[in-house]
Amino acid sequence: MATATVTRDKQTGTVTVSYEHPLVVRIAHWLNAVALLVMIASGLRIFLAFPSFGPKLPQQNFFIIPPPGLTLGGWLGGALQWHFTFMWIFVGSGVLYVVYQLVTGHWRQVLFLPRDIKGVWPMARHYFLFGKKPPVDAAYNPLQKLAYTSTIFFGVLSTLTGMVMFKPAQFWWLAWPMGGYHYARIWHFVSMCGFVAFIPGHLIMVALHGWNNFYSMITGWKREPEYIEGSGDRD
Amino acid sequence: MSDEQQKDERAERAEAAQAQPSGEAPPAQAEERVVAPLPQRGPAGEEIRVVTPGQRRGINRRELLKLLPVVAIGAFAIPKLQEPLLKEGLRFSDWASEKLFSEHRLAQTYSNNQVAPFEKFPYNYYDVLDPDVDLGKWTLTVEGLVKHPGDYKLSQIQAFPKVVQNTRHVCVEGWDVIGNFGGTRASDFLRAVGADLSAKYLEVTCVDEYYESIDMATVLQPQTLFCYEMYGQPLDRGHGAPLRLQMPTKLGYKQAKYLDTIRVTNVLSHGQRGYWEDQGYDWYGGL
Repeated sequence: MATATVTRDKQTGTVTVSYEHPLVVRIAHWLNAVALLVMIASGLRIFLAFPSFGPKLPQQNFFIIPPPGLTLGGWLGGALQWHFTFMWIFVGSGVLYVVYQLVTGHWRQVLFLPRDIKGVWPMARHYFLFGKKPPVDAAYNPLQKLAYTSTIFFGVLSTLTGMVMFKPAQFWWLAWPMGGYHYARIWHFVSMCGFVAFIPGHLIMVALHGWNNFYSMITGWKREPEYIEGSGDRD
Repeated sequence: MSDEQQKDERAERAEAAQAQPSGEAPPAQAEERVVAPLPQRGPAGEEIRVVTPGQRRGINRRELLKLLPVVAIGAFAIPKLQEPLLKEGLRFSDWASEKLFSEHRLAQTYSNNQVAPFEKFPYNYYDVLDPDVDLGKWTLTVEGLVKHPGDYKLSQIQAFPKVVQNTRHVCVEGWDVIGNFGGTRASDFLRAVGADLSAKYLEVTCVDEYYESIDMATVLQPQTLFCYEMYGQPLDRGHGAPLRLQMPTKLGYKQAKYLDTIRVTNVLSHGQRGYWEDQGYDWYGGL
């Protein structure tokens, strides 16, 4: 494709910008980011009230006890207030995003499918082992698709397991595919671990891709997008 | 945007470029455009524009303003607003919980071999395990919107059909235990004393000065018991002798022990929603 163009005209001082993130996606992203942090921190405080996955008698604590300094709410009751308030924002922004992606058809760009599997390792090698960058002709590379799709998976998992823990008498039928009521708490914890694994990777990538990329998640417009030749530094 | 759409657009622009030379436009300009066609769409179909720095600042300012609703969430970081906001959040959560509840939906019950041994059923208390109830003189005081208020003896409460059920007792802390409970349906007893079943709440106070209030829908749910037996034995002192609430659709802190007074009411005493609720637990506490 002959898309070579001068994007930054030295005389007029114009710049090329591209609309990377629609408003709905940005709102959902930031609401969800805040809610996720609150859910993790308050969730750890709730876990501290009974840091075990077994019975009360005899109580055997889990081998990792979250440091209280990383938790939110001060005590079980306070943490539950945060958790029960922000769960609506967490789920609401998640649903908003998913519905928007479905309606606009944008989900096709970002949903990880079996055909993306073979592209994951070359991309990971590029990022973490300084391998050659594989050619990417899509909006998101296979590793990005895997990461973003996994957050939707963990979001759904944390929501469904949370529903079972919150209202087991109403959603008992939902506990069955999880392996029973006790597994809901375990899978809920696992989904939190999934998010905790995603966040640093996501932040490192954001840091590596620079200010223009980060700023586009705020204003939607990305200055000098890397796919236009001669448009500033490429990653 | 699909590839086809993109192709269509490119074709249109090519046509426009071709049309220009036949018009008045200077040919030199048209040539430049053909040499350097700027894609109108990125790989994900995103719009591309060439703007001056001033235009770009304008765009960014407008887009920042559109994100203001998100900034509102920062109100939670303001100490003065935090408590009232979280209280509202909890109230909304309780409202949704109440909507979800149906008097006719039963909590799961379990077979005898799923029931935890009696020794594994934890004793939980807020002040003292045994508030020294004088079991011989004990009566349940019934007050409020009832036709027959007064003091009722345990034998009068036990005169109703006994319901025995294996249900899950869930603690807000995160543990749970399946136990065996026996008692009188709260709805049976309340009907017998002529309670106004359209009232909103049942308030209870306990010998150990614990107190609770429960929505009437849950009180009337058929698994809600005035419980006087566990594992086929009279309730022991630690588990709330002689009478406690047992509701498999509520968290443990709602299941008041050592009952002393019950009151049918439409108005909760101010600041008396429940011992733990008044300190920050959610009032509904439903499962």
